[in-house]
Amino acid sequence: MTTAGRADQPDQPDQPDQPDQPDQADQPDQCSYTLSVNGQEHELRGAWMGESLLYVLRNRLGLPGAKNACEQGECGSCSVLVDGELVCSCLVLAATAGGREIVTVEGLGAGERFTDVQVAFTETGAVQCGFCTPGLIVTVHDLLERNPRPSELEIREAISGNLCRCTGYGRILEAVETVRDARLAAASRAAPVAAGATRQEGAG
Amino acid sequence: MTTVSAVSSTAVAPARVRSASLGTSRKRPDGGPKVKGEFAFSSDLWAEGALWGKVLRSPHPAARITGIDTSRARNLPGVKAVLVADDVPGNPFFGLEMKDQPVFASDVARYMGEAVAAVAADHPEVARKAAELIEVTYEPIDPLVDPERALDPVTPPMHPMGNTVRHISVRHGDAVASGDVVVEGTYEVGMQDQAFMGPESGLAIPDEDGGVDLFISTQWLHVDRDQVADCLALPPDKVRLHLAGVGGAFGAREDVSLQVHICLLALRTGRPVKMVFSREESFLGHVHRHPARMSYRHEADRDGRIVKIEAKILLDGGAYASSSTAVLANAACFAGGPYLVPNAVIDADVVRTNNPPCGAMRGFGAVQVCHAYEAQMDKLAAALGMDPVELRLRNALQPGDELLTGQALTGAAPVAEVIRRCAEAPLPPGGPADEPGSMTLPGGAGRTADPTRVRRGIGFAVGFKNLMYSEGFDDYSTARCRIEHGIVTVFSAAAEVGQGLVTLVEQIAEDVFGTDKIIVAPADTGVGSAGSTSASRQTWMSGGAVDAACRKARDSLLDLAARRHGTVAAVLEVREGRVVSFDGEIDETIEEATGGAAIEETVEFRHAPTFPLDERGQGDAHVSFAFAAHRAVVDVDLDLGLVKVVEVTTAQDVGRVLNPVQVVGQIEGGIAQGVGLAVMEEILVDQGLVRNASFTDYLIPTALDMPLVQIAALVEEPEPGAPFGAKGVGEPPTISSTAAVAAAVRAASGLALTRVPIRPEHIALAAPRQGEAGS
Ligand code: FES
Ligand code: FES
Repeated sequence: MTTAGRADQPDQPDQPDQPDQPDQADQPDQCSYTLSVNGQEHELRGAWMGESLLYVLRNRLGLPGAKNACEQGECGSCSVLVDGELVCSCLVLAATAGGREIVTVEGLGAGERFTDVQVAFTETGAVQCGFCTPGLIVTVHDLLERNPRPSELEIREAISGNLCRCTGYGRILEAVETVRDARLAAASRAAPVAAGATRQEGAG
Repeated sequence: MTTVSAVSSTAVAPARVRSASLGTSRKRPDGGPKVKGEFAFSSDLWAEGALWGKVLRSPHPAARITGIDTSRARNLPGVKAVLVADDVPGNPFFGLEMKDQPVFASDVARYMGEAVAAVAADHPEVARKAAELIEVTYEPIDPLVDPERALDPVTPPMHPMGNTVRHISVRHGDAVASGDVVVEGTYEVGMQDQAFMGPESGLAIPDEDGGVDLFISTQWLHVDRDQVADCLALPPDKVRLHLAGVGGAFGAREDVSLQVHICLLALRTGRPVKMVFSREESFLGHVHRHPARMSYRHEADRDGRIVKIEAKILLDGGAYASSSTAVLANAACFAGGPYLVPNAVIDADVVRTNNPPCGAMRGFGAVQVCHAYEAQMDKLAAALGMDPVELRLRNALQPGDELLTGQALTGAAPVAEVIRRCAEAPLPPGGPADEPGSMTLPGGAGRTADPTRVRRGIGFAVGFKNLMYSEGFDDYSTARCRIEHGIVTVFSAAAEVGQGLVTLVEQIAEDVFGTDKIIVAPADTGVGSAGSTSASRQTWMSGGAVDAACRKARDSLLDLAARRHGTVAAVLEVREGRVVSFDGEIDETIEEATGGAAIEETVEFRHAPTFPLDERGQGDAHVSFAFAAHRAVVDVDLDLGLVKVVEVTTAQDVGRVLNPVQVVGQIEGGIAQGVGLAVMEEILVDQGLVRNASFTDYLIPTALDMPLVQIAALVEEPEPGAPFGAKGVGEPPTISSTAAVAAAVRAASGLALTRVPIRPEHIALAAPRQGEAGS
């Protein structure tokens, strides 16, 4: 009956009886394009050009992981990676994202597996209502890819575009530091010569 | 074997220590789906053939509506329904305490954002366009925006029920008592928004039986259900509410927002209807924290003991009543703070205006007065030349003391201890950063601060409020426990809004049955009411109900097993998910023990009764209280008025910790909201018009704004009558954290700063204090 997103019918336009013709008098542009999301190609046909990537992910592709807390580029709940770059999917027109590699929270950690960041979030208490969580998970993966040893201040800066109203960020910071330290420890075990840096305290 | 029984919390032994699971930081059961993006929030739901709903709102704070023409909207292809007030089949009004708010404004609009019409269409963009095509003819009228004017009896009423929603006088002790030292002040609190992340949203699915299923994010399924059914003219059992994933609440989901509209659209179109508010609509479409104006006079003796408090409290309730009467009761009852106040003269009012409606937000009336009485305590300390912490200790409430409502304080009240533990905690070493351009200076990434003009300040504050509903409200929670095929299932309609009740329910059931193979059924109206997820009440109320239902089902299970074995239940126990006898003769699974039968026990759990306030504001109106102290350290840029909150330290009265990580999460999150109110968060309302309904302009703390939180102590003094001895922990963190930050900014700047949020101009444009100019 109810499902999250539309995983059952990923490629169907919104309405069979009124296929995406929002306004006859002032017909908006429609277009067809292909989106590559989490390594899978999706054909979009006759979609209204004004739809954001966030809308298309959530309402046409059955991928509701990216959230819609503001749809104005202010909260980061809709964070996804487009060609490896962290973006607010609410600010990207879906039609302009054709031919790019899009990764959403659903694309992190294949199937049943959890990434180290996801595990740390559940273990430290970084999740309360969870509405900010998917965006933060994507952001934190991006941060630790770019900067494997961020200071506390650098972590705060990196996640400052992701609003959370429940946690006050304390457990989120702890989760990120846990993953950072675990990854650094694993790396130094793998390459003992390069060991030296373990935990960096907040700069500035 | 289904029974419903009533249990009162007075029957519960305090602080039974018998837990394997309670007291541990068990992980949230919904954490996995949430980190993977698989958890279904109310905005993620979809049903085949669903339409999109959209509400048209009044752009005016006050206007007569002389015509509504929906024809152009109806003719837009893709539009399936356009509804206005005449389409409401049942009660045209709704409301939590008074049914004073129309489902759709028809003759007059009383606030900016009031619903006028609703549309269902096959695409959200079509719905939005259709709403724009509805032609409403407004005749704007002069809005009533000043609560003082609303209170004036000569002002014409802006609502048929009048401007004053409630007045409370508290007359306690000797009204003419006087002290040696007098301090006075007038204080203000701005309008704060709950700003939860998950916007209002829901999915309504019409049923062939003429009823409707509503999947909704809310704080109280049953109170929504009753209001929706009343407006739809349906019997309550035809309106079935199911809790959809809730993206935070903080009070803003106590009132009906889109519930009635979306159900009306679904019933009219015969199709599922989905609605998701934009952030702007969310700001306009839910109640806020009441702005307050408060004048205080404290009189004390030379030793610093409070002799008398006089206060006038005025709350702006906005256009409709919402929960204003209860918010006002809290403001009046807690107007003196957690101190012994032998004599009090308090007059409190909440009024209707053409400002946005105000209602519940975390702290619920206790936050506003705390800002005022704690500023007064600092003034008093200065007037007496006494240390502010010492002054608070001298006046701290103790068990057995009388509150200014005449109620004796009977429960745990470690007020002095939270004050002491918080004050004793170490301060952060050093002072403000001294290199220019440091990110940790006020202004942060803007790197605007001149370090020589940055001052550090320390502030201290203490607060308290009630747990659970008050003033004689029949406050209860229902829980059901079913044992069938060896599976234990717990049913409760209590709303999980992020706080972690789902974890606690598992912990409680697990401790009763000694197994973690417990299923917690989704919350819906198929079981009796659990009451609201507010007033810090669910751990006590639904935790208590779940505990009682599970224990009752366990007892029935043992009875059943005993009968089957021809023995008595007293020799049996449930251990690690098995039914065993003390002599080891019987050892079987729960499934074997039930012998194919199903056991179901339903319990209604009530807290000890409370009583209304009398005409002198006296009465045993509350069940229990929780206390917390906060100390804030701030750095203030005197030139630019920017504030960096460096650290907030707290000690909190928690009764007993049931899940340490979740308690810490409530404290840190609550302090974030308290810090926000102190220095950044306010809905700006100009002549009734909301000026900042977006996260671009309404700022909440980011990870860079949020200070380090130091929890100096979780004071565990078990609360008599509370299941497990635990007090609710969600609200105290927001109450005095705001006051502590404000006190710290006053200390750093030397300015009076009587209003929160403190804005940069309040500091930078204030007259320089003596000796400060040119320093
Ligand atoms: S939803 Fe995209 S930034 Fe808020
Ligand atoms: S956990 Fe609720 S917004 Fe972050």
